[in-house]
Amino acid sequence: MPTNNSNSEQTAKQEMLEVRVWRGQGQGQLKPYQVPLRKNQTVLDVITEIQRLQAPDLSYRFSCRVGVCGSCAMTVNGKPRWTCRTHVSKVADEGVLTIEPLRNLPKIKDLVCDLAPFIDTWQKAGAVFKPTGTRYDAPAKVDPDSACRRAADASLQCINCAVCYSACDVVNWNKDYVGPAALNRAWTLLNDVRHDERAATLDKVFEDGGCGSCHSHGNCTRHCPIELSPSASIAGLKRTLFTGLPGK
Amino acid sequence: MKERHLFLLQRLSAIFLAPLVVLHLVVIMIAVRNGLSAEEILNRTQGNYFWGGFYVLFVVSVSIHAPIGIRNVLREWTAIPKTQVNQICIFLAVIFLMSGLRAVAAVI
Ligand code: SF4
Ligand code: SF4
Ligand code: FES
Repeated sequence: MPTNNSNSEQTAKQEMLEVRVWRGQGQGQLKPYQVPLRKNQTVLDVITEIQRLQAPDLSYRFSCRVGVCGSCAMTVNGKPRWTCRTHVSKVADEGVLTIEPLRNLPKIKDLVCDLAPFIDTWQKAGAVFKPTGTRYDAPAKVDPDSACRRAADASLQCINCAVCYSACDVVNWNKDYVGPAALNRAWTLLNDVRHDERAATLDKVFEDGGCGSCHSHGNCTRHCPIELSPSASIAGLKRTLFTGLPGK
Repeated sequence: MKERHLFLLQRLSAIFLAPLVVLHLVVIMIAVRNGLSAEEILNRTQGNYFWGGFYVLFVVSVSIHAPIGIRNVLREWTAIPKTQVNQICIFLAVIFLMSGLRAVAAVI
């Protein structure tokens, strides 16, 4: 049985995490907080603990807390990540955690950034589905083994979290570049036999700021939390110059 | 000309350039082994239509490939407006082509 004494000793020995959180609206700076280090703690847990107990005006986004919605993406120790799926033990650098909003997007307040420019890139890249059929037609039959379907499968699960967009240096220095997520989506549409505007999508993909601007350095793929490969999709788009639209 | 055409042209010219550059470097290394003189070069090239064709193709590929690459660099790293970047690169392409072809004509 632990005595009261040893309990208080344990409390005294409680290891603390140094957390630096970006605070401010538009302009801002990193502010230091201390949070008890706990077992199996995620970065989102840390942010929530700060907001509940120390800084009730701290703004941040999350929803599912289990890696489904993508809304909790932030920059953690310099890298874009889903904070709900990132264990502190994996990323803390000698007990220090630096949490900032996603890069390459306008900051709104604290850890929240404006995703509108990211969503706009999808339109710009022609990544907008136009169905061949209507709701009154029978569902299209797509052969699961066809080359197109397999190519689409490989890039389909994107949940628009903007982690890859934030990881991309070309997005950072070229304001016209649509970025990896939009091009990845355009690639799934080019491989979707139900998409009625494949040629128009392909045209848009190659416009100024399209796939030709990608440097193929793969930082998008390295950081995508669900291990999609936007850079492979972009390579597929570039290949269409020699091969034409993907076959059915 | 659309972006996709420039992209394609740059890749196609690279396909040509890769073997041409290798052969060019190999020839340089072999040629300088006995010292390098204008006479020795001219002996090899004058009236030789293989080397004439080789270097015409080389010059044309470079004149396509390099200005498109420079255009990308200028557009990514400078604030020069697009129209001016295009003009600079067309100018460079013409300079590369003219001076390159003139050099080929001089030694064949
Ligand atoms: S490709 Fe991956 S990182 Fe990029 S938005 Fe989609 S899920 Fe997020
Ligand atoms: S591969 Fe292309 S899209 Fe991906 S990070 Fe690099 S430049 Fe950006
Ligand atoms: S909160 Fe939904 S993915 Fe993190």
